[in-house]
Amino acid sequence: MKRALIIDDEPLARMVVLEYLQAFNDQIEVMQECNDGFEGLKAIHQYQPDLIFLDVQMPKINGFEMLELVENQPSVIFTTAFDEYAIKAFEAHAVDYLLKPFSKDRFNKAVEKYLAQSPSAKPAKQTEELLEAVSQSPAQHERIVVKTGTKVKIIPVSDVIYLQADDDYVSVFTQEGSYLKNKTMNFFEQTLDPRYFVRVHRSYMVAIQQITRIDPYEKDSHLAILKSGAKIPVSKTGYVKLKQVLGI
Amino acid sequence: MALLSISSSRLYGILVACGLAWTGLVAYIVHDFGFIWYIALTDGIVSSILLAAACWLINNNLRYYQPGKGSYINLLMWCLSLAGICTAGCRWIIPYLSISTVYMHFLSQSLTIRFFTDFLAIGWMAMISMLWYSQQDHKQTEKRKSEAEKLARDAELYNLRQQLQPHFLFNSLNSINALIGFKPDEARKMIHQLSDFLRGTLKKDDQLLVPLNDELQHLNLYLDIEKVRFGHRLDTEISCDKHCGEGLLPSMLLQPIVENAIKFGLYDTTEKVTVSIRGEIEGNNLVIMVQNPYDPQTSRPKGTGFGLRGVQRRLYLLFARNDLMETHQNDNIFTTIIKIPQL
Repeated sequence: MKRALIIDDEPLARMVVLEYLQAFNDQIEVMQECNDGFEGLKAIHQYQPDLIFLDVQMPKINGFEMLELVENQPSVIFTTAFDEYAIKAFEAHAVDYLLKPFSKDRFNKAVEKYLAQSPSAKPAKQTEELLEAVSQSPAQHERIVVKTGTKVKIIPVSDVIYLQADDDYVSVFTQEGSYLKNKTMNFFEQTLDPRYFVRVHRSYMVAIQQITRIDPYEKDSHLAILKSGAKIPVSKTGYVKLKQVLGI
Repeated sequence: MALLSISSSRLYGILVACGLAWTGLVAYIVHDFGFIWYIALTDGIVSSILLAAACWLINNNLRYYQPGKGSYINLLMWCLSLAGICTAGCRWIIPYLSISTVYMHFLSQSLTIRFFTDFLAIGWMAMISMLWYSQQDHKQTEKRKSEAEKLARDAELYNLRQQLQPHFLFNSLNSINALIGFKPDEARKMIHQLSDFLRGTLKKDDQLLVPLNDELQHLNLYLDIEKVRFGHRLDTEISCDKHCGEGLLPSMLLQPIVENAIKFGLYDTTEKVTVSIRGEIEGNNLVIMVQNPYDPQTSRPKGTGFGLRGVQRRLYLLFARNDLMETHQNDNIFTTIIKIPQL
């Protein structure tokens, strides 16, 4: 018996999935229906489902942002009405995606495709690739969603002072403190607006509005002094990039 | 300005006629001083060709280069030197064509007057050209500006419509799909609401002024559909008395404001929300206030807030005023107020 969750903010949309799933009630059991990403996260933590039906457009955090915060990625079948960014990504990486409104036949096909997958297929890797692919969607440019303990914190990009690589994580520094996000520096370099954030060093990315001064440091390197007082190393190539963005 | 708005081919025609008249006039004057027609015509043709060349040169120059306020002195120098060249040309070319000592004497004596008439003619040409080209420039800028405005307006309207419609439409169809199974009557009702709403949207001409009542009726269809989609999470409060219901506003002006309220009030929150629309007549204005809750953590209003610029822009284009829309945010309530002058 596979365990499944339905995550969608519209009750009627969940009802459709629930109704269509009855045909599979000897193989798939719906553990819970969730109203939004937060409920979804809790339920995923609680039930460790094998499969989730996930809407993209949801309040507070969207489906992709929610997935970013899940550690053991379940298989995902997306259900969405329209999202040009997402559709491109789905085609490449998701188990399947259903465009609302979808027919029962189409739904059955998606579920059968999931059931036919060998248990050794790694949904986690698939989902990770998907998330990389959707990093171009606008929501990801505006905020960074992180988990602190069991709580979800939404950081508006304008609050970010700088980012620092930290093993497999990136620390996001804001005025209120720093948060860990399990992403790479490359991910942020692709997502954040290059007019406002510059990768000044292999392990550092800085919000240029926060820079008050750039001092020469050792040979070929500089130090950026931020409003918060933090000193960020700037590499030779980083300095070139910084000069380009600042127009000097 | 009437002269300046004629077509350029006609202008060139007039200039050629002026040149011929000039040749005739010079020839006649020279003949009047007692010289034979051959000498008089030679003088007329040569001096006119030189003058025409100078005029062409200054005109062409001004086509590509409009002098700034400070460089009129340059233009004056140009005119003076061109007049000098013309006069010198007459002095050296004409003797090759007609050798006559009496005429040579006359020529050297008339150089001063030739210089000043040439200078006046070239100066006149420069002035006409300057006015002409600056007006052409002005016309083109105006045209570009109005085209850009139209384009921007169309794009804005298109964008505003496009942002929500596909989502709204497909999600509504999905809700109908759900309802068909267990509440066929409600499904049927929703299909009717959706088609009425879409028909209204398609039919509307956004140049038209419509009574607030009509606009609210249309919005109600939209809000009712959202109520079906989101169950009991959405509440609406619409207040508008009989008097203000008759107030006129540009059609489809309220739609993006309410869509905006729904987008941030309903789509981006998880609690029960109330969207309120209140209309009032204040003096000569119809004042409409739309309020919705929002989550300051996930959606930060920027500038005028929430992409309402399209509405403000339209109000500006229609009434040439920038103070007709205001937005406020406090206690997690976002308020949009628009004023529509009643003409």
